[in-house]
Amino acid sequence: MEDKSILKEFAPQIEKTSIKWWVFFLIFFGMAWFGVYGLYTQIADGHIVTGMRDNVVWGVYIVNFIFFMGISYAGALISGVLHLFKTEWRKPIMRISEILTVVSLLIGPTFILFCIGRLDRLHFLMLHPRIQSPITWDVIAISTDIVGCFIFLYLSFIQDFAILRDYKELKLPNWRKKLYKTLALGYVNTPAQEKNIRRVKNVMAAMIIAIAVIVYSVLAWIFGVTLQPGWHSTIFGPYFVIAAVYSGSGILIILMYIFRKAYHLENYITKKHFVNIGIIMLIIAAFYGYFTFSDYLTKWYGSVKADKVLIDKLFTDFYWFFILSNYVGVLIPLIIMGIPKFRTINSITFAAVIAVLGLWLNRYLIIVPTLETPYLPIQDTREAWIHYSPTWVEGALTFGGIGLFACLFMLASKFVPIVSISELTEEDPQEEKYM
Amino acid sequence: MENKEKDDNKSSRRGFLKLGAGLGAAAVASTLGSSLFSLSAAANSETGEKVKVLTTDGQLIEIDKAYIEKSKDTYISRDESHKGIPARKFVMVIDLSKCKNARKCVDACQEGHHLPHDHEWMRLYLLQESANTAPYWFPRPCFHCDNPMCVSVCPVGATYKRSDGIVLIDNERCIGCKFCMTGCPYSVRVFHWKAPSEEAKKEKYSPEKGFPAQEGTVGKCIFCPDMLRKGELPRCAQACPMGVIYFGDLVEDTVTNGTETIKFSDLVRDRGGYRYLESLGTEPSVYYLPPSTRQFPYERGLEGLDENIKDRYKNAIRSNNFSIDVDKSQKTK
Ligand code: SF4
Repeated sequence: MEDKSILKEFAPQIEKTSIKWWVFFLIFFGMAWFGVYGLYTQIADGHIVTGMRDNVVWGVYIVNFIFFMGISYAGALISGVLHLFKTEWRKPIMRISEILTVVSLLIGPTFILFCIGRLDRLHFLMLHPRIQSPITWDVIAISTDIVGCFIFLYLSFIQDFAILRDYKELKLPNWRKKLYKTLALGYVNTPAQEKNIRRVKNVMAAMIIAIAVIVYSVLAWIFGVTLQPGWHSTIFGPYFVIAAVYSGSGILIILMYIFRKAYHLENYITKKHFVNIGIIMLIIAAFYGYFTFSDYLTKWYGSVKADKVLIDKLFTDFYWFFILSNYVGVLIPLIIMGIPKFRTINSITFAAVIAVLGLWLNRYLIIVPTLETPYLPIQDTREAWIHYSPTWVEGALTFGGIGLFACLFMLASKFVPIVSISELTEEDPQEEKYM
Repeated sequence: MENKEKDDNKSSRRGFLKLGAGLGAAAVASTLGSSLFSLSAAANSETGEKVKVLTTDGQLIEIDKAYIEKSKDTYISRDESHKGIPARKFVMVIDLSKCKNARKCVDACQEGHHLPHDHEWMRLYLLQESANTAPYWFPRPCFHCDNPMCVSVCPVGATYKRSDGIVLIDNERCIGCKFCMTGCPYSVRVFHWKAPSEEAKKEKYSPEKGFPAQEGTVGKCIFCPDMLRKGELPRCAQACPMGVIYFGDLVEDTVTNGTETIKFSDLVRDRGGYRYLESLGTEPSVYYLPPSTRQFPYERGLEGLDENIKDRYKNAIRSNNFSIDVDKSQKTK
């Protein structure tokens, strides 16, 4: 029923685990445990161990939260759009972007939990919800998103599970084979089953796109609805969505690079993929630069005092952050992707790294400087409490998050082929193309 | 909705007056709209000891102590704390012309609410609007807005606005998400970074007292409803040696700083009262009287401060290019 040769090629990826894989896994696992230790310290000693204080009440945690959520939405958007448009070249990278969506969606929301003073009362969000609060919107939106993305991911896994189940030569322990059998849900690739799954996938892809836009806008409104200078901006919803896709396409390129090297996928993930995703990144970079520019221009040009104080702060205390995130982080990817001569796999990946780092800094610039410049100047408070700088605990949890992200990704790549076999072997039926 | 509330207020006040008249204290009761005290229903034999009470039209009258019942230290449960004190709409007026950063309000507040020393509910700012305007001291309690951002954004209803205008926090409901802290444009809210002191822990928690506050939740100035129920002024207003802080009731249109009782509307009209950052539309319940015809030069506010408190104004003084420099004022002292 399917091309056995492809399967043969991918089987070793899930059958054997190299020493190198273990080394990396243990490093990331160690990072995750470092995060757990940080979390333990924070719970045992209270939030005073973080750099957060009465003015800057949210710090790196919220930055990471927005960042990981952004990656996830971008993964969803990219996989959803590519799926709906039935782009032929999408097939080898679909799986990576789907896993990216789900894994970062698991990491992101945990970061917001670290900002919460009373984790023991978390269930109050369900017991006593107030629909007027953007946090409640977020709870609803994110949980919907998690469910939706899981369904989408699972749908795209079912056919692969069936293939793995039917591939008798697979050298795996019995429980793994049984697990595939259960997870395949009795899928045997009859035309009717195939048609059903394709239909559901199309519906889910469309829904995921809508959910992704809504969820990320809701997240932006947590800041947008407040009166704080710098946050109270009508542009925040779309701005956050664009920024999310920007970081997400960057992460996708980085992951493509890593998996291409690690699992020798040179035949599948080619320069074409890097260029195509790179071009998506180029277009988004232009939008993102434009949004950033218009947001700061309107704040800077006028003379509203609170805005002026914020802009002054950005160009003094945060000068290098500002340059790196909003100039370097936009221009380098624009130049590398804009000039065809520069487009090599290595340089595109480099541009992606710059874009991702720039975007993280951009998040930091949205959160911290605004909290440091409230309407009433920060006074009559301990001097050490005025400026925010993250402590080792916040660093530990950030590294922990990255470590866990990598661990989950590595485990997922051992569980199913990192390139979707069913997608690769299957033709897109002409009549179902939407575009 | 607002109108309806006002009507309710009126009728209940009338009821209160009628009750007084029925007790035969007609002469007193008919003029007594007085605010922070309540008439005793049991008209005991007169003690001969007179007490000053203010009336609705802003007059000070004397009545016998027997007619006044200082309500006891009643425990107000979390549920009860959601209801305001009936027929009240509290308001504060801060006279900036008299403030010299004596910080007695801060101390009284800290002590009364068992707050640690780096955790102030009342703050004193040294403000200057622009280079050519005069600097002044600006005490900042919670503004108890009628359109409070903090209440809107709270995901679990841990902070609420009552019928008497007070915004409270229920520390047993608060999950510590800090959203209200970013929501408040006046930086009023503070986080409880530490567990409450042993002394505070001995008492039973009520949102009206604000202690023992729990670690990991949010706190702020609450206008001392526990004092108000006893018929006393909030701690800061009582403590201020300059009489800067007037507190009172919009329904009765009177405010008092403990020594002087004035009609609120007259005071605000005659002295050009205003609300801070009116443009944000939060409708604060705290009014400021501009720092005109000042009784002290603002430099006086830096005298005699503890070194660590003085440090808190270093940046303000530097960034505003005030004529004074902190270290010099230290020497002159
Ligand atoms: S910190 Fe507490 S009071 Fe403030 S919004 Fe969150 S739950 Fe509500």
